[in-house]
Amino acid sequence: MEVLLAIIIILMIAGSIYTLHARDLLSAVISYGITGFGLVICFLLLRAPDLAIAQIVVEIITLIIMIAVIRISVREDLTERSTIRVAGVRYINMRSVSFFVAGIVFMAALLFFFIQATALLDPFGVHSIRMAAAYMEQGAGLTGSANLVAGVLFDFRAYDTLGEATILITAVIGILTVLRLKGRK
Amino acid sequence: MERGMTSIVKTTTRLICGVVFIFGLYLIVHGHLSPGGGFAGGTVMAGAFILLVLAFGDDIRHLRIIEEGSSTLENLAILLFLLLGVSGMAIGAGVFFGNYLETGQAGDLLSAGIIPVGNILIGIEVAAALFTVFLAFVIFKEEEQ
Repeated sequence: MEVLLAIIIILMIAGSIYTLHARDLLSAVISYGITGFGLVICFLLLRAPDLAIAQIVVEIITLIIMIAVIRISVREDLTERSTIRVAGVRYINMRSVSFFVAGIVFMAALLFFFIQATALLDPFGVHSIRMAAAYMEQGAGLTGSANLVAGVLFDFRAYDTLGEATILITAVIGILTVLRLKGRK
Repeated sequence: MERGMTSIVKTTTRLICGVVFIFGLYLIVHGHLSPGGGFAGGTVMAGAFILLVLAFGDDIRHLRIIEEGSSTLENLAILLFLLLGVSGMAIGAGVFFGNYLETGQAGDLLSAGIIPVGNILIGIEVAAALFTVFLAFVIFKEEEQ
């Protein structure tokens, strides 16, 4: 299963790299879907059907909304090139050079700390469940909910759920405000 | 000119739209028994409405009225969810989001106390929120033309 997961994750990384470099924003959005749907398969393989259902429906709705956004805005990506040609002479864009160097440095630092962190963790597939063990043992009895995820989401951690719903409503209010301001002009 | 997409899309939408809506409803109501729940079910229900608007299109004045309704429903649902949490402080053990209803037999449709109620409210909130966002973009596009 680890090999299968690695193949899917490499595909997801390739999809996200293409998303960054695509000139056409519509094809960028569609290739971004590779990442989302790959994540759905990963969740199914890791036996998390709750997350898989949520991810697949949110992915589809996000795709529709992103396409709606592209239809009312520009379709072409306006990235800068790594070399600029002024009056026949070629100059190197220093901003892209600094981005490149910063990217290499960050990747090296993150790789170093990831190797250090994974040495402390349990092997893949074995969870350290000090906190969740109590939920898993007593969850069904205390909440009476056959689906443990719903029991945690709406009973033990209902305050978190209220926060998530508040984030959603804030996002909707923000979108409505921005679109109204531009539409009224 | 006829509004919306081709008649193939319209016929397919007529066939599957109700099924999608009922599936979203099932995910919400059975959220405490099987995978799914308020967030996923609400998104599926919003998808059914979005499918209808995409396939058939609508008059912009009518869309504005629908947007008003879904926006109101969204705000009402989250207020009711907050009220559900606060009512836990008044009844039973007296804690925020206390599960004061009868928990019943695990596995029954009517069990788990306030969890199904919370699922239904969150489902309404998510469905109305996503549909409102979509309608806002559609109305913005129509206004531009």
